[in-house]
Amino acid sequence: MSMNSEGRPTTPNAVTTDEHKYESFSGHVGLRLAEPLIFEIGSKDRTGVDVEEIDGFVSNLGALERTGGTGCPGLAEPDVVRHYTRLSRRNYGIDMGVFPLGSCTMKHNPRLNEKMARLPGFGDIHPLQPQSTVQGALGLMEELSHWLMELTGMPAVALSPKAGAHGELCGIMAIRKALEARGDAREVILCPESAHGTNPATAAFCGYKVKSIPAKENGRVDIEALKAALDDTVAAVMVTNPNTCGLFENEVREIADAIHAAGALFYCDGANFNAIVGKARPGDLGVDAMHINLHKTFSTPHGGGGPGSGPVVFSDRLKDHVPLPFVVKTTEGLVLKEHEDGDNDPSFGRLVAFHGQMGMYVRALSYMLSHGVDGCRQASEDAVLNANYIKACLDDLMTVSFEGPCMHEVLFDDEFLKGTGVTTLDFAKAMIDEGYHPMTMYFPLVVHGAMLVEPTESESKYNLDQFIRSMRGLAAAAKAGETERFTGAPYFAPWKRLDETQAARNPVLRWSPEAEAAE
Amino acid sequence: MLKFTEDHEWIEYVDGIATVGITDYAQQALGDVVFVELPEVGATYSKGDEAAVVESVKAASEVYAPLSGEIKAVNHDLEGTPALVNSAAMDAGWFFKMKLEDEGELDDLMDEDAYNEFLASLD
Repeated sequence: MSMNSEGRPTTPNAVTTDEHKYESFSGHVGLRLAEPLIFEIGSKDRTGVDVEEIDGFVSNLGALERTGGTGCPGLAEPDVVRHYTRLSRRNYGIDMGVFPLGSCTMKHNPRLNEKMARLPGFGDIHPLQPQSTVQGALGLMEELSHWLMELTGMPAVALSPKAGAHGELCGIMAIRKALEARGDAREVILCPESAHGTNPATAAFCGYKVKSIPAKENGRVDIEALKAALDDTVAAVMVTNPNTCGLFENEVREIADAIHAAGALFYCDGANFNAIVGKARPGDLGVDAMHINLHKTFSTPHGGGGPGSGPVVFSDRLKDHVPLPFVVKTTEGLVLKEHEDGDNDPSFGRLVAFHGQMGMYVRALSYMLSHGVDGCRQASEDAVLNANYIKACLDDLMTVSFEGPCMHEVLFDDEFLKGTGVTTLDFAKAMIDEGYHPMTMYFPLVVHGAMLVEPTESESKYNLDQFIRSMRGLAAAAKAGETERFTGAPYFAPWKRLDETQAARNPVLRWSPEAEAAE
Repeated sequence: MLKFTEDHEWIEYVDGIATVGITDYAQQALGDVVFVELPEVGATYSKGDEAAVVESVKAASEVYAPLSGEIKAVNHDLEGTPALVNSAAMDAGWFFKMKLEDEGELDDLMDEDAYNEFLASLD
């Protein structure tokens, strides 16, 4: 068996257990059904739909006519339904169990949101419909905008960005437009180590040179280093607050003042806004632009259940530069302003083809209105309480990276695993055997072997206690020398330890029929 | 002449050309390297600029230009076989070669003994 440099086998499923006494004839394992790719169960010789040959059909496509098949698998509806239902049973989501994926804020999606999003006036409309026929939907966008500005204390908002990183792009493009408008285009963006990885990526994508600001011993931005790096070449500073160590940047006002004194602008990554809704307003903290992940803070579906949505709020310094389109009130009702007024329009232009994710707007507003400000605030308080409860219950067995209370997520490092032969990756795989989606691992980079745990605010004490018991059991097992329990994990998952090195070095991203693959 | 930086890069300086790679300690900390992004030949960097990216199963990290100068050659073998960084970090796993702007900058770097002391201070 070949091993990689970390001593793990390089072939998947190389670790076996005596889990099953017999092999089944079907390949299924009880009601856990083996499921090939849809192309593998389909057949070119079959079709799920019969279309009659048309007499006297003449094609006008000429040389453009397709000569081969489409490659679509010939399957009937029941086969397709079974395929995706079987796959969905392999999935793990927030509707299945605890999902402590730090920095991702996996929130419960209230079913009321779904009911609202399916109302025909929201669910069955089309972006190209005359605006006079979708006044209700435009009204909802206006109301959502109002509440996002109210909760953040900011005077302007762009709803259209499709996700957090897209929101960052929107914010930085507005910052560039504002700086260019005052004839002061600058070339550097500063990103602290404790910021999200998407921040430097966004800055680089927008053509800026990225400079990193180190973190202090207490996991927060080194404000002296920041001040030293601020000069008249710096366009903006991107700070994630609360940051990826699960800590509030308590010097944020001083940071904002230093940024503004240097003539730069303050972008805040609002991915962790769920920790402070109703408690602190970014507008009061000196922020100039911040994205809000509706899927992290306002309970719209996350991950594969998306789509995401990342509206951006803006300060007075940037409010004239928001992208098109946006809703304006006129005497003839609500109108989407879709076009710039000549070349001197201060907006930086259009960011997306239409107006953004309508379905997510409905779900987010449904969450806000059903919770109210007090309910939103309590969600934030519960998120912070849950993370601190986990921290307090695991503090003696695992190593918490930074002292003092945390916000909505708690950061551990691998110090407690030192000398056990168990790595953060092994620990995460063992969590799968316990029936949990692993926490975020090896991020943030500011600590060694990071494990970032973020419990959903809606988890009950019963669920949290069960999770804590598992984590304590695993930590104790690692220290007791049960190394194999970890290095061979997961033992109970449908697929055992996958070879992530081979997957990254030689990714197979496209299925090919066997004949083609043999070429 | 062999020199080291606190960012765990090594620099071998011979006849005006500095060959740069990451140290054995760095490759062990990174784990299995799966991708390396190299600079363009002809590009110039100031000391401390991001010149390359090394991605492992755990993380993506920048490789900083340890000295100021112009890129004269890059190790194309790493593009197809990033595992060289793991198996031969100090040798066939080199990243790029630079023509230095200022040889004096070499004096600011650590020699092998100083680097080993630096490593010992990390644990």
